[in-house]
Amino acid sequence: MCCDHERVTVAHLLPTAVEQVGGALGRSDQEHLLPARELQALSFIVHIPLVCFGIAFPAMFLYVEGLWLRTGDPVYKALAKRWSKVALVLFAVGVVTGTILSFEFGLLWPNFTATFGAVFGLAFALEGISFFVEAIFIAIYVYGWDRLSRRTHFLVGVPVVIAGVTGSMMVIAVNGWMNDPGGFDVVNGKVVNPQPYTALFGGNVWHELVHMYLAGYLVVGFLVAGYYGRRWLRGRRDHYTRAALIVGLTFAALAAPVQVIVGDWAARTVADNQPVKLASFEGLSKTTKGAPFHLGGYYSDGQIRDGVAVPRLLSLLAFHDPNATVKGLDTVAARDRPPVNVVRTSFVVMVSVGTALMALGLWFLVLWWRCGRLPRTPWFYRALMVAGPLALLALISGWITTEVGRQPWVVYGYMRTEQAVTDAGGLWPAFGAMVVVYAGLIWAAFWMLRRLAGTSATAEVEGAA
Amino acid sequence: MTLAVVCLVLVMAGLVAYAVLGGADFGAGFWDLTAGGAERGGRVRGMVQRSMSPVWEANHVWLIFVLVVLWTAFPVAFSSIFSTLYVPLFVAITGIIFRGAAFALRGQAATIGEARFFGALFASSSVLVPFSLGTVLGGIASGRVPTGNALGDPWSSWLNPTSVAVGVLAVVTGAHLAAVFLAGDSGRAGVPDLQKAFRSRALASGVLAGVVAIGALPVIASDSPDLYAGLTHGLGLACVLASGVAGVATLALVATRRFELARASSAAAVVAVVVGWAVAQSPYLLPGQLTLQRAAADDGVLGDLLIGLGIGALILVPSLAWLYRLVLRGTLDQDYEPLHQRFTPVSRPSPEEEDS
Repeated sequence: MCCDHERVTVAHLLPTAVEQVGGALGRSDQEHLLPARELQALSFIVHIPLVCFGIAFPAMFLYVEGLWLRTGDPVYKALAKRWSKVALVLFAVGVVTGTILSFEFGLLWPNFTATFGAVFGLAFALEGISFFVEAIFIAIYVYGWDRLSRRTHFLVGVPVVIAGVTGSMMVIAVNGWMNDPGGFDVVNGKVVNPQPYTALFGGNVWHELVHMYLAGYLVVGFLVAGYYGRRWLRGRRDHYTRAALIVGLTFAALAAPVQVIVGDWAARTVADNQPVKLASFEGLSKTTKGAPFHLGGYYSDGQIRDGVAVPRLLSLLAFHDPNATVKGLDTVAARDRPPVNVVRTSFVVMVSVGTALMALGLWFLVLWWRCGRLPRTPWFYRALMVAGPLALLALISGWITTEVGRQPWVVYGYMRTEQAVTDAGGLWPAFGAMVVVYAGLIWAAFWMLRRLAGTSATAEVEGAA
Repeated sequence: MTLAVVCLVLVMAGLVAYAVLGGADFGAGFWDLTAGGAERGGRVRGMVQRSMSPVWEANHVWLIFVLVVLWTAFPVAFSSIFSTLYVPLFVAITGIIFRGAAFALRGQAATIGEARFFGALFASSSVLVPFSLGTVLGGIASGRVPTGNALGDPWSSWLNPTSVAVGVLAVVTGAHLAAVFLAGDSGRAGVPDLQKAFRSRALASGVLAGVVAIGALPVIASDSPDLYAGLTHGLGLACVLASGVAGVATLALVATRRFELARASSAAAVVAVVVGWAVAQSPYLLPGQLTLQRAAADDGVLGDLLIGLGIGALILVPSLAWLYRLVLRGTLDQDYEPLHQRFTPVSRPSPEEEDS
């Protein structure tokens, strides 16, 4: 294991709670921590769903275009064309929300960027290139329908899919590094000897990447399936709706069971690398052999109140051993613990929604496998309609689990979030302004999608109507 | 040449690309804003919509490129700039959101009322963004960004004579670039009267850009003498003069209707100005505060960055070249239609059609 060495370093360091790194810009006065946090969280919550579309949607419309090339059925062409236009709209919105995030590195967390920019910055340079490639080819793809040869047009879609993966991989590499830092040394409170490639590909990147990638397919697959499921339920059972429904559903249903396995991998990695984060999944105050997991309830004064305890479940989840010893919150000082209830609640929401989505996916897969047909009960389609929004909820809960669970550190064990924040004022007005701007942006995105949905996709393609 | 200089050259190259390509997109917004009423301005707006649609997102990415190279290679400088100049940067980011969203929305508008509303939002933010970003550059160039966490004055760092001069110059230059490009595009789209209209706009804005640039010199001389000295001596002076020559050449080329060559010379004028600025404040990255060498990350990091970008460039450069070739050959061209005519079908209008 490449990262064992760093793991030991962080694990040793945490209980002593030494502040290893002084900010390159000096100490932050911390006055603006709360609004900076809220603004950052808001920006992520708006951006991350769009990332899902960047990851998963290109593969879906390219798959449908492939069906068209193989079968010659114009309905597939109409569907691929329509989805690519939706993707372009969402990509445009993602371009601006992503730009906001890049500004926030300087506007909100200048001391973080000044101190560690040399370590993690490379990832964003590579992400920038991926993003560039994606922007170029998605434009050629969408504006190139019927203007390029069929083969060329299909091939133009391939870099869009690849760039969606590599781009998100780079961003997640930075997040993985923040949770499991390495690739630099600390001498007299200064970060020296930065080694970007070691930093980015040595940490938590791999399980986080696969977890996020599958989440992208779950979110987009279920949102798409829910949209067309609603049409199906309302009696529009044409070839076009059926194809769209099945493609969305298949992608999501195949991703859902795998996601549960990857989630297990993620939880066990957290147990090894970030025991305090794992302890706050449950609210485990003391180091315990055969630790239980509480369903429901809330954490208060070192214990879970009003919850139902399942004996040994936490040990089983974290180490695949019901008798394993799980480190408690008390291994570190109170100031080094994350806000337990936030982490705990979001963890439970993520896991329960993920499990429910897996059940829904299996329902479809088993029926399709055994009987070769779609479920007939309207309840299946009603469930699909809520599955998309629920998948989004699970996605955001998952990010809250990992990011709030990382607190109070911005770079786990090395730099506190309060030392990263800007000393510039005016953050609450900025927060208010961004709430309005984001609300407008979300409204705009829905407005455009509705406008697009108002025109017939099959009418645009000869023979598809 | 040290690795730090190579990285600075990359930042500058990204800045030039953003100033020329992104600047022209903002400039197109300026002409959209000043095109007049729905009927009168519909033709200009239709051409703006047609020219920008396939390329504006790719053009915008240059800004991201500049930021990420800056924060990897010169992290302390990046953070000092962003924490001090947060007000204009916040305004710029808000403008960028409105510009992008409103432009995309106008492409989907179904009535002239909607198109006008989104158009106004698109066009006014197209003026706001280059102005704000110009004031940021002016604040840096005039030595108003101290090294540290938000240590500079949040207001006078960008509301000062140099910043305002650079901001105005950015708006006017973008408008000029856009007019030159749009004149060429109109020719290719086979709309000679629009070509004529953009030609006169290109000439007028070119002259105005020259006047603003010359007018900015005494302002800079009194407000930031060091910058002025750098711009009026040695290599800095050569760049300023080269920019002037390229500007005059552009006017001559536009006047004689050689628009494709004018594209190149107008871009060259921007290149010369950006290089001149870098030379003028050399060896400082933050004038009077932080030299380029001290601001730079370890050579190991810069080397890794350059290797990463070099590999990326192997993919990116041919891709970009292909995009612009497709655009310039007209493969991705959308049909040109005056914006207001989209809502007044030539055939007898039927209410059902408008609803769908």
